[in-house]
Amino acid sequence: MKTLTLNVTNLDGTDHAVEALAGWQVMEILRDHGFPIKAECGGACCCATCHVYVAPDWVDRVNPMGEDEEVMLDSAMDVRENSRLSCQIVMTEALDGLHVIIAPNPE
Amino acid sequence: MDNQGIMAENQHKTDVVIIGAGPVGLFAVFELGLLDIKAHLVDILDRPGGQCAELYPEKPIYDIPALPVVTGQELTDRLMEQIKPFNPVFHFGQMAESLEKTAEGWRVTTDLGTVIDAKVVVIAAGGGSFVPKKPAIPGIDAYEGSAVFYAVRKMEQFRGKHLVIAGGGDSALDWTLNLQPLAASLTLVHRRDDFRAAPDSINKMRALVADGKMKLEIAAITGLSGADGALHAVALQSKEKGDYTIPADCMLAFYGLTMKLGPIANFGLNLHENLVPVDTEKFETATSGIFAIGDINHYPGKLKLILSGFHEAALMAQQAFRYVYPERKLRFQYTTSSSDLQTKLGVAQNEAA
Ligand SMILES: Cc1cc2nc3c(=O)[nH]c(=O)nc-3n(C[C@H](O)[C@H](O)[C@H](O)COP(=O)(O)OP(=O)(O)OC[C@H]3O[C@@H](n4cnc5c(N)ncnc54)[C@H](O)[C@@H]3O)c2cc1C
Ligand code: FES
Repeated sequence: MKTLTLNVTNLDGTDHAVEALAGWQVMEILRDHGFPIKAECGGACCCATCHVYVAPDWVDRVNPMGEDEEVMLDSAMDVRENSRLSCQIVMTEALDGLHVIIAPNPE
Repeated sequence: MDNQGIMAENQHKTDVVIIGAGPVGLFAVFELGLLDIKAHLVDILDRPGGQCAELYPEKPIYDIPALPVVTGQELTDRLMEQIKPFNPVFHFGQMAESLEKTAEGWRVTTDLGTVIDAKVVVIAAGGGSFVPKKPAIPGIDAYEGSAVFYAVRKMEQFRGKHLVIAGGGDSALDWTLNLQPLAASLTLVHRRDDFRAAPDSINKMRALVADGKMKLEIAAITGLSGADGALHAVALQSKEKGDYTIPADCMLAFYGLTMKLGPIANFGLNLHENLVPVDTEKFETATSGIFAIGDINHYPGKLKLILSGFHEAALMAQQAFRYVYPERKLRFQYTTSSSDLQTKLGVAQNEAA
């Protein structure tokens, strides 16, 4: 399977390019690489602890937000226009190079 | 069974105290009960079910043996029904805060002062205790406990205050309606003009706004200002209004719950990455008489599944029996064929007839 790249800006502002597999949730990729997301519900859209911002030039290219996700974002912190729950974005070849910014997670 | 009894109102003595009333803690009551072992359970939530009830009550689970599909809440309800014959005692809304050795076993004390003495302790704390999410607002720490709260303990505390409530779910709406008559002013702040709460509460809130009795701000909270723990204003930001502030002297934030290991970290158990190591024969920790089952434990090959937790509960109960009834011999029996077990379950043939 082709390895894709996911670009991640961490909370401290540092940029990282990590390997990603198609078919995996962005949350899983972030978690496997040790980025600071709790992802407490394991990707079931039930916890809002996998919150990220999608870089502006990628916002229109990721799958649109479902209603569940919009409701769940009510429990996230510092929600912005480009907020997403990373478990609700699945990597595909079309998203090769996707750039996400880790959002502050609640304590 | 005879050592079960209530002493003072807050003092209890039992066989086993289970910390955590998630699915695994609940099923442990069953496995212990079949062996005549009584249990008390402590949970910080106000109801049973742990993650199943709190995080995904409506979502389907497909890998519970013999239940092709069951929701988190249904599973909880069924477990409650299954353990009913054993009359477990629940201490809800309380954090198990300390664990001490006693002459006869162990003493668990909760943050509300409930004291439970037991011969055996079962830690079924799952992903940790459910506690309110603390918003990532800069400087919020300085106001916690004095002006910023995540729960209401005493309503009177908010009388005459300029109150801001943050959130868009049932907790935020319920407290808005309850505290509006007491507060000097009340502003509900939510990120979007859509609420996920009981329709009746939403209607009542909107009516209060229309009558000018409270305010609704569709905005993000960006900061807090004040001095020495006293809050003066909350800074907001919205697309329409840009950056602005509203005067406030108290804020209640309701962003749901998150799991934190909590006090178990101080129980003196050699934790492995926030998990409690156990053996796979008895699911006992390095300290005899203290067991850990379900998501909270760790052993080679561990899978955080409800099914695994159920198995762990059964094996734990075998060893717990040896502590509770050292003089008795353990007998292996099937519920299908043992009239003794069926009597305990209240389904014995002569009874059912
Ligand atoms: C969205 C989602 C979907 C899932 N789907 C499945 C599935 O399909 N199949 C499956 O097998 N599993 C699934 N799981 C996992 C399953 O829910 C867990 O394995 C299970 O809940 C673990 O049960 P538990 O009793 O060990 O702990 P929990 O359910 O975490 O319960 C632990 C309880 O202990 C309490 N507690 C902890 N510490 C303290 C303390 N000090 N004082 C007081 N109370 C305390 C907590 O408040 C909590 O209520 C899913 C989980 C999630 C989040
Ligand atoms: S991991 Fe829980 S909502 Fe994404």
